[in-house]
Amino acid sequence: MPPVTRGFVGRRTRDKRLPPGQYDVGGQWPVLTAERAPHLDTSRWTFTIEGLVERETQWTWDEIRALPDERWDGDIHCVTTWTKFGMRFDGVSVDTLLDSARPRPEATHVVAHSHSGYTTNLPLADVTGGKAWVVWNAEGSPLTREHGGPARLLVPHLYFWKSVKWVAGLRVADHDEPGFWERNGYHDRGDPWSEQRFQGD
Amino acid sequence: MGAPDTTSRRTLRWQLATVTGIRDEAPGVRTFRLALQDVSAHLPGQYYVLRLTAEDGYTAQRSYSVASAPDGTATIELTVERLDDGEVSEFLHDVVVPGDILEVRGPVGGWFAWDGGSPALLVGGGSGMVPLAAMLRHARALGRPDLVRMLVSVRTPESLFYGDELTGPQVSVVHTRTAPDGATRPAGRLTIDDVAPLVRGGETAYVCGSPAFADAAAELLVEAGVAPESIRVEQFGPTG
Repeated sequence: MPPVTRGFVGRRTRDKRLPPGQYDVGGQWPVLTAERAPHLDTSRWTFTIEGLVERETQWTWDEIRALPDERWDGDIHCVTTWTKFGMRFDGVSVDTLLDSARPRPEATHVVAHSHSGYTTNLPLADVTGGKAWVVWNAEGSPLTREHGGPARLLVPHLYFWKSVKWVAGLRVADHDEPGFWERNGYHDRGDPWSEQRFQGD
Repeated sequence: MGAPDTTSRRTLRWQLATVTGIRDEAPGVRTFRLALQDVSAHLPGQYYVLRLTAEDGYTAQRSYSVASAPDGTATIELTVERLDDGEVSEFLHDVVVPGDILEVRGPVGGWFAWDGGSPALLVGGGSGMVPLAAMLRHARALGRPDLVRMLVSVRTPESLFYGDELTGPQVSVVHTRTAPDGATRPAGRLTIDDVAPLVRGGETAYVCGSPAFADAAAELLVEAGVAPESIRVEQFGPTG
């Protein structure tokens, strides 16, 4: 246990839905990005799965919207220690997309990237099996530009820097390749319940 | 956004730091001077994580930008705004006194950081001026104040902190609610006329503030000719 801070009591009620070190941000939804939010026109937006796949596949906005959609309800956790309870997102399962592209047997990881050049790495197992989506609605409304609209990745069981805003695609690989924040000291996986915030955690 | 220009994959260890000084900057804004055990020079713009632990093991963590420039000593300064119902900021303001021990780890963040080697345009709103002040101080300490231009947006003259340092040809201050007596610019939000004269070409822009401020400032920078990929943003706070 860390050393006790003199005089610190803290909030006495702790919701069991809060991972360690997190606090309930309430009705707010903070914005944290490292760059200017791009203006993306859905008429030119695409999502591509490439790399170690049997069939490199690209969807236009209309094509991805025509796929079977799913709804996700749950909590999201940011490495900067806020948690937001009871979010709702609508989108398409990454399983559906990968089923089309068909990763090769040796595939183990993906690099998810945005239309603005942001990247993050994820084990393939963390974006398959009903754990990740490409989403376009939040709380029943179209995702705003500042929150990654028109579409972002949603990997809600990991810290939210993995849920790439303005997502452009996945590159499938047979090795782990650190992305933007991971090269800047953040953890390669980012499980909130294990507090995998920074390298070495 | 291109590839990060710094790589930091070392393990960040928690360490104990002694509070050696506390200074009021503005109403509800205080700077805490911390003496670290492990010297790890930060880049201006980087931040530290602070962790508080109660007797029953309950912990709370928050991140704070370093306000001071790296000076070769094992000290850093964190400027903290007291937030309403802010679990950690209220504790820091109301309970912590010099001599107390706090737990920190860092420095963190290699993207919103300036190494002092190239021209930088710094645009900050409110307490977004904290990491930018570290950059300004670093530029002056290096003897290269010419590398930096800083634009600060504050509501009133009273809400400007580090006021005695935010002067001189490198710094422009814009007031959004109340302008000081004798000001030539009326109070009002940042406009292209505030931003455009500061753009020289070839610089990296560092924008820090609330999401609404950061988004508006980044749009103005693009309008003023700064390439989007040369704009680095650090935002904090809620959206509507």
